[in-house]
Amino acid sequence: MDKIRLEHVSFVYNQGLPFEQVALDDISLSIRAGCTTGIIGHTGSGKSTMMQMLNGLTKPTSGKILLDGYDINATLEDVFEEWSSKPEYRELSKGARKKAIKREISNRRSELCFRVGLVMQYPEYQLFEETVEKDIAFGPRNMGLSEQEIADRVREAARFTGLDEDLLQKSPFDLSGGQKRRVALAGVIAMRPEVLVLDEPAAGLDPVGRTRILEGVSQYQKSTGSTVLIVSHSMEDMARYCDDVIVMGGARVLMQGDRKEVFSHAEELIEAGLDIPQITHLIRLLRKRGMELPENVYTVEDALAAVEEAFAD
Amino acid sequence: MHVPEGNVERSKKLPEIFIHAEDLCFSYDAEGPDAHPALKGVSLDIQKGEYVAVLGHNGSGKSTFAKLLNLLLEPTSGKLTVAGMDLTSSGIEEKDLLDLRRKVGMVFQNPDNQLVATLVEEDVAFGPENLGVPQSELRKRVDDALNTVDMTSYALQEPHRLSGGQKQRVAIAGILAMQPQCIIFDESTAMLDPNGRQEVLRTVKKLNREQGITILNITHYMNEAAEADRILVINDGKLLLDGTPDEVFAERSVLQEVGLEVPQCTELIHRLRERGISLQGSQISDAEACADMIARAWKAKHGKGGPANG
Amino acid sequence: MKNVAFGQYYPAESPIHRLDPRAKVILTVLYIVCTFLCKNALSFAGLTLSALLLVLLSRLPIGMVFRSLRPILFIIAFTSIINIFMTKGEHLLTPADWKIQIYAEGLWNALFMVLRITALILGTGIFLTYTTTPIALTDALERLLAPLKKIKVPVHDFAMMMTIALRFIPTLTEETEKIMNAQRARGANFTTGSLVTRAKALIPILIPLFVSAFNRAFDLAAAMECRCYHGDEGRTRLKVLRYRASDLYAVLIMIGFGAAVLLLNHYGAGPVLS
Repeated sequence: MDKIRLEHVSFVYNQGLPFEQVALDDISLSIRAGCTTGIIGHTGSGKSTMMQMLNGLTKPTSGKILLDGYDINATLEDVFEEWSSKPEYRELSKGARKKAIKREISNRRSELCFRVGLVMQYPEYQLFEETVEKDIAFGPRNMGLSEQEIADRVREAARFTGLDEDLLQKSPFDLSGGQKRRVALAGVIAMRPEVLVLDEPAAGLDPVGRTRILEGVSQYQKSTGSTVLIVSHSMEDMARYCDDVIVMGGARVLMQGDRKEVFSHAEELIEAGLDIPQITHLIRLLRKRGMELPENVYTVEDALAAVEEAFAD
Repeated sequence: MHVPEGNVERSKKLPEIFIHAEDLCFSYDAEGPDAHPALKGVSLDIQKGEYVAVLGHNGSGKSTFAKLLNLLLEPTSGKLTVAGMDLTSSGIEEKDLLDLRRKVGMVFQNPDNQLVATLVEEDVAFGPENLGVPQSELRKRVDDALNTVDMTSYALQEPHRLSGGQKQRVAIAGILAMQPQCIIFDESTAMLDPNGRQEVLRTVKKLNREQGITILNITHYMNEAAEADRILVINDGKLLLDGTPDEVFAERSVLQEVGLEVPQCTELIHRLRERGISLQGSQISDAEACADMIARAWKAKHGKGGPANG
Repeated sequence: MKNVAFGQYYPAESPIHRLDPRAKVILTVLYIVCTFLCKNALSFAGLTLSALLLVLLSRLPIGMVFRSLRPILFIIAFTSIINIFMTKGEHLLTPADWKIQIYAEGLWNALFMVLRITALILGTGIFLTYTTTPIALTDALERLLAPLKKIKVPVHDFAMMMTIALRFIPTLTEETEKIMNAQRARGANFTTGSLVTRAKALIPILIPLFVSAFNRAFDLAAAMECRCYHGDEGRTRLKVLRYRASDLYAVLIMIGFGAAVLLLNHYGAGPVLS
């Protein structure tokens, strides 16, 4: 089932001004529920803009974004139409109807950012509280949850992201870069979003930090069954964590689908700005040297299996 | 004064020591109550014209080491000589300091935080302006530097409109315009996308090969380190490994223990050997060499003509 | 966000755009002096004419130039009212038994003051903000004020601070936007609630912004040190400002205009500013 669908979505910066710029050009795509989808593309291919649209921060210039089949940017008129057939609303006075609809829209909007959690690029910049615990609690508190519920969610989020209990009382500014990143991630996970959107979650981290943050995301996805979207340049991370892949370029969707299927178009992927893993490069070199190996190998594990098999033949 | 000019042949016969460290130590807040040692006795020599990668996880002391080399930090104890200047002596004057920093340039991690001026060419001119280079020569230096990093057409752009890789190249040009002998890259590619990283790495290589500039690239990307002539691995403030990429990557378990991964090709070679496949050779740091090694073993096993049907 | 226009520089090809920024600073000062020299109807007529001439010469969109007066409309209105009602003179316009008395001199005074303020704002705007980039202006001020260094005024340091500020305004604007979005994504609300709630809602933006600004400052300081920055001692400059003949002519014309105003003051008849 599709969790999110984009229908003919376009976005234009500075519309009508001389430096008008099309960031997204008639994008249609769907994202499967309960799966991890990777999004790749050059810097400036419009992927960051698209990410910010999914939780309503940026509104499309045209087109619709559907979450569970509902338009997330529904206007007054849309909701009115949707409800006009319901008998309980017909009975209300005109003023009361309008009020109810307004409340509904405002609820939907604020609910939206809790349902679709967005982790921006270098999210450690968003930390501001005195302690890690308070910072993680910022989102849940904005949701208006009880103190007990907030505390539970903070612990849960800390567990997913591998933050030790004793870190919770520290100032977020005293942590290492990788830890800060995980606190920021925990701050979003603590809202228990149905959809978790991450913009280059591992950028700039060392290998250990990289694995930790991506494992945290994967943990959350597995134990909650939520839908995850990851923007990344790393084919290797995609191969390890993503079920589906969307390739963007020049404000459009170039390819979308099952990872294996998309990854079989290696040349186009490199064109789209992907970091081709060294191991993939090695396998291609080996194929050139006459070894019979599968073309789409993206992890060391797969390569090991393939090469071993070639030796065993 | 040595001024590097194009195509300096790197003389292997007469190695000239550019950096000499002996039991070099550094503590943050050395006198204070919570002195925090970051470097605990590092001894090494780096020759002029070498391309050295410095590896280590975050907090290993690798950045501290770099900052000592141009006296952004002062050594707590030990001996350190850079470009013939004793940095541990007490008689360093401002004039010497400026001379040192002219010779040893540094490019930092965040591309946004090291550009000073509102125009690219003025930013490149910033260093030589500070050195008091006469106006007629300034122009030439700026143009040459921008040309070397391939940013000539952006000379009159505003830095904030450039991509990350372009900003870093402008930063490099800013250092080049001071005509340095050595450039230290302090995780300069960490915040870039794959394209930006390639742009910067190509430039770095070019500076080393064509202008003979000594390069110290501090990084945690293994593939980047593999391009260097020599790798230093620093862990917990100490020099853990020192050798060519092939030598260092052979120590896979040592690297793993300190939170570093070998490149994927090297990893594959190691694992194949663990599975009992015999691979001859020690060149394990680059994909071509690894491919040759595996293909050789495979052909040996399946007979010279390749697999049975071939 | 990358297209944030800060300052109000309007790129165009005009004789005023082409002037040396230092000349423009000098011209601005002279023009301000001229507006204060005007004393009677004739000289104010000359001033009005000169202001219109400047607008035309600058080749700026006229609407835009006059829109710049909007923020000072209140001041204009206020001075007019004060002058109309508070000036006493000989030609009473209202019946003698009215409580509020308006004199002809008051009306003239009000008109003169409005013309003076308008010319002042237009003149400064045209010479400095619209035709000169902030960075050129900084440069010009640094060089014009250079003699003050002798009495230990840190002219260079101020200019450097200004340059860095100009360089980082777009970066920090972008960053603010980013932080706001990040906090919004965590359910922060900046637009509803009482004033106190809204002020409190700014904390999650301001703290990260300050932290990042400080980090940037530290980084930049280190980068500048690495590039041998040590104040302006022995510093040379890539860009050299050179006066041209046109700059000299412009200044001479402005001085001529001042002399004309004085003459008109002396010989002209009609209402006088009291």
